[in-house]
Parts: sequence; structure tokens; C-alpha cells
Amino acid sequence: METKLTTDINEIKFEIEKLNLYYGSFQALKEIDMTIYGNKITALIGPSGCGKSTFLRTLNRMNDLIQGVTIDGTIQFDEQDIYGTGYDIIELRKKVGMVFQKPNPFPKTIYENVVYGPKIHGEKDRSKLDHIVERTLKEVALWEEVKDRLHKPALGLSGGQQQRLCIARCLAVEPEVILMDEPTSALDPVATSKIEGLLEELAEKYTIVIVTHNMQQAGRVSDFTSFFLNGKVIETDKTEVIFSNPANKKTEDYITGRFG
Amino acid sequence: MDRIKHENLKRIKTSKNLLFYGGTGVFAAITLATLIIIIGYILVNGLTHINLEFLTQEPKRMGKEGGIFSVIIGTLMVTGVGILIATPIGIAAAIYFTEYAKNGKGVTIIRFFTEILAGIPSIIFGLFGFAFFVIFLGMGWSVISGGLTLALMVLPTLIRATEESLKTVPMAYREGSLSLGATRWQTIVKVIIPCCKPGILTGLILGIGRAIGETAAVMLTVGGSLRIPTSIFDSTRTMSVHLYVLAAEGLSQEKTYATAALLIIIVLLINTIANLISSRLGGNYGN
Repeated sequence: METKLTTDINEIKFEIEKLNLYYGSFQALKEIDMTIYGNKITALIGPSGCGKSTFLRTLNRMNDLIQGVTIDGTIQFDEQDIYGTGYDIIELRKKVGMVFQKPNPFPKTIYENVVYGPKIHGEKDRSKLDHIVERTLKEVALWEEVKDRLHKPALGLSGGQQQRLCIARCLAVEPEVILMDEPTSALDPVATSKIEGLLEELAEKYTIVIVTHNMQQAGRVSDFTSFFLNGKVIETDKTEVIFSNPANKKTEDYITGRFG
Repeated sequence: MDRIKHENLKRIKTSKNLLFYGGTGVFAAITLATLIIIIGYILVNGLTHINLEFLTQEPKRMGKEGGIFSVIIGTLMVTGVGILIATPIGIAAAIYFTEYAKNGKGVTIIRFFTEILAGIPSIIFGLFGFAFFVIFLGMGWSVISGGLTLALMVLPTLIRATEESLKTVPMAYREGSLSLGATRWQTIVKVIIPCCKPGILTGLILGIGRAIGETAAVMLTVGGSLRIPTSIFDSTRTMSVHLYVLAAEGLSQEKTYATAALLIIIVLLINTIANLISSRLGGNYGN
């Protein structure tokens, strides 16, 4: 087992050590240690309020937006501490993209949504932008559905299409990592399965960290699974191990549906 | 027994409901009727005296005869200058309050004073404008003195409307933009403000409405010259002031009503145009 684990792994993307996070005086994350591997899908599971989304949002420093959040410990991304002084958050967020729970396309056209990222990072060449739109929309399997209405409002799309558009928008910045915060919880089963299918393809090029409430989803799509409970990581392992032979009793109870 | 009780209760409820329904309807009708009567009365009395001469000629004999061309120009200039000054300041202030300062103590204090500012009688603004712009800064009775005074008056309304519309922009848009590596400023300029255009426009309309109808503050800062202003440092007269002078000094009832009617028409026109633009821009987040 151990040997297989190491041969599979090409690269460490995130190395998290002794991470603590407080909302004011409430401690939401406790002494988190975790390693996230490149070009793999890591699923974060656990009951509501266990801190998995909060943890996810530390990886691209989205928690900076919330007042009263304090953090200690280290998160190394490509061997650099992202909470270290002088670390460029803009660069971090370019490399670590995010897809949110509720699809949040901007109230602009489909085209404008996709090129938003490249444009703010200085890309002005129209033909390059056109290219990015086609490439990313094809990557998320949305191209065929929207190619005739690229300049129509994105909010006219269905929920599942909007979410795929948000993924395309994220890909347009050419990230290395994509963080997904329950990306299918607001979608119907058909749209969900489309996005799950997409994940496998994306994992060939990107590192994916996905928070999910849906145990089957974690089992279906991920390589690694991490079980969160009350702000702590109870267990992290290869997904098949977590689901067939977890080391911790609490993990087993949760997976078999005894609580949560 | 219980059933009868229930039935009774139901009947009481229904009749109460009817009473409230009817009551609110009556009051709505009263409100609407008042509006129609006022506007109708002014228009009926004024429209007959509005003609080409009235619109294109300058006033003669203190406004007893002739038209109000110079007064129309003066009104547009003073209001325009006021709005031009107030708009960037108001929008910037609102952005600072909602996007940067959030709920700091300083902001709470500033907001408190902004609210007070909105409730101060306009004659006080006039007095301040007179003492500060006209006398102290030596701008004299002029378009610019009046414009600055009006800008101060309009600011609270503008800030309020812009703030309210900024607050309605979902947090998800901000997060979406920031997560793509946008700076805060890029997020504000490229995502948030475009969402707020209709709201900001509403603030502008309210501001223009207040500015164009303002009399006391303008009288003390712009003066009452009947000539066409050639620069913003000239004195002039706005329609509201002209209306006041005509009515107060009993110069000409016909011209008074005509001026009033024209003022109403201009305000309605501005509202209509702004609404058209607003619907063109699209409601906040759909379409």
C-alpha cells in the first residue's frame, strides 16, 4: 500500500501544517495538517459546520474578506508560505481558482464572463480572447450549447450551464489548482453528473480540491478523501481506503451514515 | 360548538380583511387624486401661456412681459453644475463607505452627519453658501456658488441611493471577481458599479429633482440677475426663484403659472428620460 501511494504521487501542491483559524474567539479550524497532491482530486467531507469550507477558503485566502478572522500555522503552496509577509495574493488567486456553491456568473454576457479574468490580467488581443473562450468552453463541454449565443446574458443559462460557465471562467486564468465548494449542491442530478464527468477530465491538467456533502460523490470522483469533524481533520487517505477500511471509528460512523 | 366559533372567527377575519383592503384603497386614491389635482391645476393654468415667445424671449419689465429664456438657461446651468460636482463625490463616498470602511466607527459618525445634512432646511444651506462661497471665497452671486451649495444639499441623497444599491450587489459577485485574481478596485469598477447603474441613476434623479426645485438656497447664492449667464461666475436666476419673485411681488399671474407648468414639465421629462436609460441598462441582475 505504502509503496503504491508514493509511486502515484508526482508532486506536492499544498503542505498544510498546524493550521488554526478563528472567527473572533471561535476556533473553526484546529491544528490541521494536510498534504494535497498535484493532478489529483482531493475531497473534503464532513457534517455541516465542520470547517471544510472554511479550510478550502484558506487555500486561496478568500477568508481575508471576512472581518475578524485570524490564522496561525503555515500553508505552503509550491513550497512558499501563502500567509507569509509579502506573498502576492493576486498571483496566488491566479494560480488557485475557485468555483462556488451557487453558480455566480457576473451579470454580463457569456463571452464577457469567460474573458473577465484574462482581461483584468492584461490580455487585450481580441483573437487571443476569442481563442480562450472557445478553448475553455470546450473544456467544460459547454461550447456546443452556447456557441451561437456567446454575446447573450450569462444569467439566461440554466443552473448547470451557469456552473460550467463559472468553471470555464476559472480555467480561463489558467490556474494550477481549482478549489470547488460544493459545486453541485445547487444543481439537479443531470447537471451534477455532467460536472462530475468533467472533474475526471480536469484532473489530468489541474489539481482539484472539492468540498462535498455527498458521500457518493466523494467516492466516485476523488483520489484522496479527508474527513473533517468539529474543525479537525480526523483522517486523510486514499479514497478507497477511507470508504472501505477507515482507520478511525468516527470516519466509519460518518461514512456508514450513523451521524451527520 | 367549536365549528360555529370557527365560522364566526372566519367571518370576523374576512370582514376585517375587507375593511383594511378598502381602507388602503381609499387612501391610495386620495394620494393619487392630490397629485393629479396639483399637476392638473398648474398645467391647465400654465400651458395656455406657454408659447414660442415665452420660451425664446428674455424677460422684460422684471418678468411682467416677455419670456423666460435666460431663466431656463440659468436653471440648467446651476442644476447642471451642482449635479456635476455632487455626482463623483457622492459615488466615491458611497463606495468608500460600503466597500472599504464597512462599519468602522468613523463611518458611523460620518453617516450620522450625512443623515442630519439631509434634514437641514434649505435656507440654512443658502445662508452657509452665502457666507462661505459668496462672501468668504469671494465667488459672489454666481452659478458656481449656487452649484456648490446645491451639490452639498444633494450629496446625502446621492450617497444614500448609491450605498443602498451597492449593498444589493451579491457578495458572490465580489467573491467571484476576487477569486479570479482581481484587485478590489478592479472588482468595484468592472463588476459592482455596472450592477449599480440603475440605482445610482435613481439617486441622480432624486438629486436633480431636489436641485431644480430649490429656491431659498439658490436665491441667496446665485442672486437674481435676469441676463443670460455667459460663464459660471455670472449671477443668474433659476426658474424656482423667478417663480417666487413673480408670485411674491404679484408681477404677473400668467407668467407665474406658465413658469410653474414649464418647471413641472422639465422635471417630468428628466424623470422619463432617466427611466428610459435605466430600463435600457437593464434591471440589476437579469435580462
